Amino acid sequence: MRNARWPVWCLMLLALAAELLPLPAIAQPLRPAFTTMTLIYWTLMWPGRFGVFTAFVFGLLIDIAHGSLLGQHALTLSVVSYVVLRLHLQLRVFPVWQLTLAVFALVFIEAFLLLWIDGATGRATLGPQRWGPILAAAVFWPVLMAVMDRVRERLERRKSSFS
Amino acid sequence: MVSSSADSEARSYRNASPGLAFFLTATLSLVLMFVDHRGDYLGQIRTWLSAAIYPLQVAINLPAAGLHWMQDNLALRSTLIADNAALREQSLVQAAQLQRMAALRAENERFRALLDTRSRVADRMTVAEVLAVDMDPLRHRIVLNKGSPQGVYTGQVLLDANGVVGQIIRDQIYTSEAILITDPDHAVPVEVVRNGMRTIAVGTGDLDQLSLPFLTRNADVKAGDLLVTSGLGGRFPAGYPVGTITAVDGSEGDAFLEVTARPAANLDRLHEVLLVFSPEPEAGTATETESTPAAEAAK
Repeated sequence: MRNARWPVWCLMLLALAAELLPLPAIAQPLRPAFTTMTLIYWTLMWPGRFGVFTAFVFGLLIDIAHGSLLGQHALTLSVVSYVVLRLHLQLRVFPVWQLTLAVFALVFIEAFLLLWIDGATGRATLGPQRWGPILAAAVFWPVLMAVMDRVRERLERRKSSFS
Repeated sequence: MVSSSADSEARSYRNASPGLAFFLTATLSLVLMFVDHRGDYLGQIRTWLSAAIYPLQVAINLPAAGLHWMQDNLALRSTLIADNAALREQSLVQAAQLQRMAALRAENERFRALLDTRSRVADRMTVAEVLAVDMDPLRHRIVLNKGSPQGVYTGQVLLDANGVVGQIIRDQIYTSEAILITDPDHAVPVEVVRNGMRTIAVGTGDLDQLSLPFLTRNADVKAGDLLVTSGLGGRFPAGYPVGTITAVDGSEGDAFLEVTARPAANLDRLHEVLLVFSPEPEAGTATETESTPAAEAAK
């Protein structure tokens, strides 16, 4: 009765890859936080299957890939997915523009937590690399949502034809 | 239809509570962060996880690697011949320079013998490729395609054709992670070639700028001075170019000058780097303690 999770895991890995893709230095501050956004989407739409543990695993992978403090992104992504889980019934009925604002807030909270942890370990730096991805995430969210909606419709149709 | 099935998903979820899961992951990540910040206890876990992420890194590197392969394999015959001629010429010029070098080296050895100091051993090097993978945008780190099985070790120094690039901070199984000299957390002991004055070059977070914050107002530096590694601290072998001073300023009241330098290495176009093996292994253990003040000074 449950959908296969692997297509979504593949999407999450793609999002992670998109965060590691080499970009010219000038475009780096404009790279949206793909993993956070993908995670928000699937936690919102399939809350029973994607949640805090998925967030934790992908957070650890980001920490390794970025070479940041181990557990830093794991914590911030867990917080984001927890907030989404708590509020998913409210968030799901939002129109796109309101949801975009909510995503902006969530990504902002994540960036703030990351800055906080960086500050506690003596590595706080401010600059466009810190705040650019938040704006980019808000701009990119409607596009990502449209693409993910397509994927989800497909997955759910396949499921209903099986059952 | 579609939304209704998603709604039933949500309805079946409504009773479950994410609180416990969140509590677990939050505690675990806090513990991980604490332990990781305190010291290098998580090296093994990092090594395993880095092996897990290695396929992804290779996949991301593929387009760049493919491009290089195409450049190598689909080159025109005329281009290859021209390249070959240019390289031959370059090799001839460098061989001629080396002839003088041999005489100079012999002379140097004699002087060193007279002064009764230890002669310097030529550094052994190996080449590693930089994976085309972006890391944390706030830090200057790169991933190399060689790891501890190939003899890469933490603290090993990286060079490119023009100067010092950085040092290894994590040696893993398939890859290793290096910090560039322009990272805000990095400092390298340098000396001004013109007068032998020693100081420390600290990264600024800007790929083409280093900062020299510890020069007093009466220090004899000017724009255009070449900086080389001083060899103090024991980590960076002495005599490799680090950068050129670009600007010297500072207002009257300050005790220190504001000196900036441009790195000698092409840090924004790294594709291959040289890994230097330090000549004496016993010196390698000494560097661990000695270079800490330099690194601490940066913070």
